[in-house]
Amino acid sequence: MNRYPLWKYVTVVVALVIGFIYTLPNFFGESPAVQVSSVKATIKVDPKTLDRAETTLKTAGVVHDGIFLDANGVKVRLKDTDTQLKAKDLLEKQFNPDAQDPQYVIALNLLSASPKWLTGMHALPMYLGLDLRGGVHFLLQVDMKGALTKRLDATAADLRSLFRDKNIRHAGITRDGERVTIRFREDDIRDKGRNVLADNQPDLQLTEQGEGSDLRLVATLKPEAIKRIQEFALKQNITTLHNRINELGVAEPVIQQQGADRIVVQLPGVQDTAKAKDILGRTATLEIRMVDDTPGALEAAQTGQVPFGTELYVERGGAPLLVKKQVVLTGDRLTDAQPGFDNQTQEPAVHLTLDSQGARIFKEITRENVGKRMAILLIEKGKGEVVTAPVIRTEIGGGRVQISGRMSTTEANDTALLLRAGSLAAPMEIIEERTIGPSLGAENIKKGFDSTLWGFAAIAAFMIAYYMLFGLISVAALGSNLLFLVALLSMLQATLTLPGIAAIALALGMAIDANVLINERIREELRNGATPQAAIAAGYERAFDTIVDSNVTTLIVGLMLLVFGSGPVRGFAVVHCLGILTSIFSAVVVSRALVNLIYGRRKKLQSLAIGQVWKPGNTASSAAGQ
Amino acid sequence: MEFFRIRKDIPFMRHALAFNIISLITFLLAVFFLFSRGLHLSVEFTGGTLIEVSYQQTADLEKVRGALSKAGHSDFVVQNFGSSRDVMIRLPLKADQNTSKLGEAVMASLDADAPGAALQRVEFVGPQVGKELAENGALALLLVVIGIMIYLAFRFEWRFSVSAIIANLHDVVIILGFFAFFQWEFSLSVLAAILAVLGYSVNESVVVFDRVRETFRKVRGMTTPQVLDHAITSTISRTIITHGSTQMMVLSMLVFGGETLYYFALALTIGICFGIYSSVLVASPLVMWLGVSREQFIKPKKVVEGANDDGAVV
Repeated sequence: MNRYPLWKYVTVVVALVIGFIYTLPNFFGESPAVQVSSVKATIKVDPKTLDRAETTLKTAGVVHDGIFLDANGVKVRLKDTDTQLKAKDLLEKQFNPDAQDPQYVIALNLLSASPKWLTGMHALPMYLGLDLRGGVHFLLQVDMKGALTKRLDATAADLRSLFRDKNIRHAGITRDGERVTIRFREDDIRDKGRNVLADNQPDLQLTEQGEGSDLRLVATLKPEAIKRIQEFALKQNITTLHNRINELGVAEPVIQQQGADRIVVQLPGVQDTAKAKDILGRTATLEIRMVDDTPGALEAAQTGQVPFGTELYVERGGAPLLVKKQVVLTGDRLTDAQPGFDNQTQEPAVHLTLDSQGARIFKEITRENVGKRMAILLIEKGKGEVVTAPVIRTEIGGGRVQISGRMSTTEANDTALLLRAGSLAAPMEIIEERTIGPSLGAENIKKGFDSTLWGFAAIAAFMIAYYMLFGLISVAALGSNLLFLVALLSMLQATLTLPGIAAIALALGMAIDANVLINERIREELRNGATPQAAIAAGYERAFDTIVDSNVTTLIVGLMLLVFGSGPVRGFAVVHCLGILTSIFSAVVVSRALVNLIYGRRKKLQSLAIGQVWKPGNTASSAAGQ
Repeated sequence: MEFFRIRKDIPFMRHALAFNIISLITFLLAVFFLFSRGLHLSVEFTGGTLIEVSYQQTADLEKVRGALSKAGHSDFVVQNFGSSRDVMIRLPLKADQNTSKLGEAVMASLDADAPGAALQRVEFVGPQVGKELAENGALALLLVVIGIMIYLAFRFEWRFSVSAIIANLHDVVIILGFFAFFQWEFSLSVLAAILAVLGYSVNESVVVFDRVRETFRKVRGMTTPQVLDHAITSTISRTIITHGSTQMMVLSMLVFGGETLYYFALALTIGICFGIYSSVLVASPLVMWLGVSREQFIKPKKVVEGANDDGAVV
């Protein structure tokens, strides 16, 4: 009765083999590497790049342990960190001859040191969380209100040109809060305007207000449009962050959406948080607006009476400037920005390239405003700064614009990088930050590993002393549980964190419960006079219900933590849930297979090696493992 | 080796009232400390900035404090963390401060006045995140309780589910009471530990209840307290061994896991100890007070003519 059909043994063996193979990569550790990837979409990393990197290293006499191309770029595996740094410098020089204008990202990375055949089977080591490898973690909150306001500002500008095109006379278009108000003087013109809007601006919801000569049309965004704008803003911000982080040269950044309006950024290995934060946190966008040069207006503004529709700014260099609120052009229309020098004055400058629509608008504006000044503003964290406010000398076509004046070379570089990295669709704020030093990470791994190891050893020693052979079987089952759990986590490419390691340890501590239940049941059956074979069968069978029951409640907890937990708790929850599933399999199936293998074929079994089974009223111990 | 050689069932239920009074007193004390002292919530919940630095030699905390005061910070806490060389600095949330630059600002002021500090860890949590975490934590706790109750009611009977939940919530409150009394830091991982303990000790109650049900079905002529005594006695060996094994693992975390896992392991330790006590000595008396009896476990039999009690008709 205690025999398994062959397929069950085969299942157990196959599970163990698979578990072993997928656990294996975690023991090989990681070796230093350098990664070459492209900054720009137009530059592809291909076998040619690989050849180039290889020859570069060969001519310099740097020995590498393998070079290959994958989806992220060319990766070169190196012997130690010294060679790694040397190789990085070499490749940096070769691939980015002009440091001002990097074409490639040359980043330090770590590669799994497991043999090729393992990697070929997609047996990869677990991904270590930031608390184990060191790095920076940011949680960014996207200001959705900001995204909507920005969109409405653009809409207001669109409406102005739309009404001008259609020859509809309005008495002013303004945005206040989340509404755009259009004023009219006559009723029939308002109706006309309303029809035009309904045809051309499907995202707007219109309501009529006011009477007499003060007629208003109030436009708000439709809920579905709001949703679309917010989704777009989030995506756009994620893309922008990708671009910016590429400029930082991080090997494996994680940039993910979290919830409806948050973005998680994880930069493993980055220690210079100040620089990272500077690049990420800068929500710089470019705006081009007209300068209000009405005589006397600036003086009035300086005394505190800012004329309607304008804002007071201070130009770089300190001169005050009155700028119209109406935005002519935003950074969305920008396709490229490069630092350089002015052809005539040799001053540092930033060269901008606009897309076709941007170029058209720019041409129109410059044609209409020859002799007037336009202000180029850099908006950072809601605060604007006028970079320059040149006088328009002639119409500028072709979409090539140059910003110059009162800029240092570094400033020109920074501005170009910021503008090139794309503008954010909505401002963002860092609401959570975690920085873990690399030594702390290594220490955490050691601590987590040590606690699991010693805990396991203590349990193993006790189980074997207390339950003899059955204890050994339980320990083997527990070991296989660990194997399955680690293999499963590696297969899922889950991120291992310190709470995750704690969950592994706890899962082991709790998993032994199932084996204790079974062993106690078997002892009890023996005590009640059952034959050894019957005791094994009854023990496993009766304990099973209890095992399932007790694991379900633990699973409920795990699932709740998974749903409501965030960050480190989530890592804990994933391991906790998986640990419960693997523990049922290993405690019931694996240990039974072992028991069956040892005892199943022995028909005349007299005793089980399950330690002392004490029977009430019987002073001599019996059926011990003699 | 066998630890438990129990000849007769131990009359746990005879002392049920006494145990319940002890529980009640501990519970009330825990509630009292929880309200009078409150929990020492970590930065994760309150929001704020936590900076961990390490020095080559023993850190001069006064110097660190001086450096921070000089840089214009207030309401900060500076303390040793783990060893005398490691220093933890906590700064509260301030509306007017640029929180995202705080980490660098602190390091700069330390470099100036208490040099030699190496940055180990910075954690900044904004106010909205902290609030959300606290809310989600409470919600998770509530849903865990509801989920477990539904499962137990479905699997056993409402009396079991009610007493299991009361017994285990009593554990949760007592753990919280410990954290309040000693002012240990209550962080997210402690919350995870508490929830894990909740699931774990419920499963302890489940094992006892399983036996109660089995005994009610199998053995006749035993009074309810006797059945409960029998169920507890026959599972006590497993209870102690299982919890002992789990505790060995937790102890190992407590010793080797370092500061990060310390409070997590501590919460588990208290949870495991009280988990044994509550599932055996709180849940079972409660089931008894709630009036569990044999009839609730015997399915009404279809009356078959001529059938005897064993159900076999030949």
